[in-house]
Amino acid sequence: MNDTPIIATTGLKKIYPMGLHKIHALAGVDLSFDKAEFAGLVGPSGSGKTTLLNIIGSLDSPSEGSAVVLGRRIETLSHKEAAGLRNRHIGFIFQTFNLLPVYTVYENVEFALLLLGDPPSERRRKVMSALEWVHLADRARSKPAQLSGGQSQRVAVARAVVKRPDIVLADEPTANLDAENSHNVLQTMETLNRELGTTFIFATHDPKVMQYLRRKITLIDGRVAADEPQDGRP
Amino acid sequence: MTLLRLALRNLLGAGLRTWLNVFVLSLSFVLIIFSRGLIEGMNKQAEEAMIDAEIGAGHYQHPAYDPYDPLTLPDAHGPVPAPLAGLAAAGRAAPVLVVQGTIYAEGRLFTVQIKGIDPGQTALSIPASVLDTGADNPEIPVLIGERMAKTAGLASGDVFTIQWRDGRGTFDARDARVIRVMATTVQSIDSGQIWIPLARLQAMTGLEGQATFVVLNQGTPPPPAPGETAAAAPSATAVPGASVAGAGAVLDGWGFRSQADFLSDLRAMVRAKNIGSSFVTVIFLALAMLAIFDTQVLSIFRRRREMGTLMALGFTRAGVIGLFTLEGLLNTVLAALIGAIYGIPILGWVARTGWAMPPDVDSYGFAIGERLFPSYSLGLIAGTALVVLLTTAVVSFLPTRRIAKLKPTDALRGRMT
Repeated sequence: MNDTPIIATTGLKKIYPMGLHKIHALAGVDLSFDKAEFAGLVGPSGSGKTTLLNIIGSLDSPSEGSAVVLGRRIETLSHKEAAGLRNRHIGFIFQTFNLLPVYTVYENVEFALLLLGDPPSERRRKVMSALEWVHLADRARSKPAQLSGGQSQRVAVARAVVKRPDIVLADEPTANLDAENSHNVLQTMETLNRELGTTFIFATHDPKVMQYLRRKITLIDGRVAADEPQDGRP
Repeated sequence: MTLLRLALRNLLGAGLRTWLNVFVLSLSFVLIIFSRGLIEGMNKQAEEAMIDAEIGAGHYQHPAYDPYDPLTLPDAHGPVPAPLAGLAAAGRAAPVLVVQGTIYAEGRLFTVQIKGIDPGQTALSIPASVLDTGADNPEIPVLIGERMAKTAGLASGDVFTIQWRDGRGTFDARDARVIRVMATTVQSIDSGQIWIPLARLQAMTGLEGQATFVVLNQGTPPPPAPGETAAAAPSATAVPGASVAGAGAVLDGWGFRSQADFLSDLRAMVRAKNIGSSFVTVIFLALAMLAIFDTQVLSIFRRRREMGTLMALGFTRAGVIGLFTLEGLLNTVLAALIGAIYGIPILGWVARTGWAMPPDVDSYGFAIGERLFPSYSLGLIAGTALVVLLTTAVVSFLPTRRIAKLKPTDALRGRMT
């Protein structure tokens, strides 16, 4: 394994003005992640999990401190550079799946590759391969509205990994799923992590997810309260 | 290209919402083209009718003649210049003598212009040949238009009295018979005037060989002045009634008033009417734009989470703005295609069969027939498409400006920044 972390945060702070007060969503977070980690940010609501995930994903920028992702300082990136970083290197999985409703399953997964400008034959190969990973190749022509929650989240996983990103950030990926679907989705992600070497970072307070984590980082009030390795198998 | 493909997918994927918008927009397209086509057809018809019945290829006018001043008429006659007389003899021009007169019809008195024209002329498409009733006919054969007939209460076959002054100023009078009431859309050859044979009028006034103006047949160029070649640059002259001097040689003081100069008044009137008719276009356009604007605003409001997802997947804000603007624009492109599918047959049919005009069409001040035939030029269609496209681009873009301030994290939560 490469010794250089692919993600490193130093003194990371995020402050939101709220009227006359300021909310410290992150109050100085120092963390680093290596390639192929399967780690989770856990903690109660408002502890800063999603905020940290957003900054690592270059969707947001820190108020203070530094976040270096794949050698790029997030706080110095322009909108265009941040979009480029997300496009090429980062996949997202959301609690509400965020599939594009007018597209088919195939088109949803293909979307990321379209932005990368892959040729059609290459796109087709990658999309079908991604759909096979998540066992949804037979639903390629379905619309998101025709899928169950578990299937929708698996499509979101396929969309996140189809471009072979270095990092996948998953924000409460099982919050809208039942136990069986949660395990299916998590097993899929764990397999992809193992086979593709993709780094997975979760923001969750779902015990089912925690069972799969190999590293659990507990955030409380925007600070790292604990950072401990896990078995990583349910 | 990717943006175009995505926009098209989004648009088609939206299903009924898209098609309703597209239909409304296509309706505006077709109605704008139809209304503009009607105006263009009206202008074209008016111009053609005026050229056929009044202007020909242009007029050579006696130097004293001012068509807008009847007081010039007593002096506005003279021998037809030789080159023009030659053209008239060859059937390529028609001299017209205009004399002020009075008619007594149905016990009423009307001041009229008596116009003498050769029954054999081919310069103007009026039924002058009916005036050829023989030189020994004691009654003066008269051709009048429908408006004149209505005003004077005359009908075909009616006899009335004409009074006029001859070249020396002596009054004379004689009975005349209406040979035909002609239907014409050109008011300026109809109202307040009667047409009789030129030779008869010349004899009645003692102005043999004289005329007030000479109409050139269409396709007949103004003749060169004696001693000039046809290719020589024609001299310009100030012609009464002509706002711009017509191009053509001055022949014995007779100046040429070109077709374009005659039509300049009509065209000025058309321009003025166009401003009024643009109001209709603006209303149709506004309706279409309202549909687009409404869709865009609703779209941006409803699709905030989608915008966040697009940004998370690597779209820039400019890309999202471009995508939404392009979706709006594609509405127009689809509308043009849909509009073409049902618009071409409908508009084509109207262009062939015409549009029935109301009886009081004369009040428009235009020479329009009973049926108006719309004219759809390429310029009209391309111009309309361009205007709608540009307006749609602006209207599609305006609501998307809010996206420029949108934070991806807010969008993902379904919030506007």
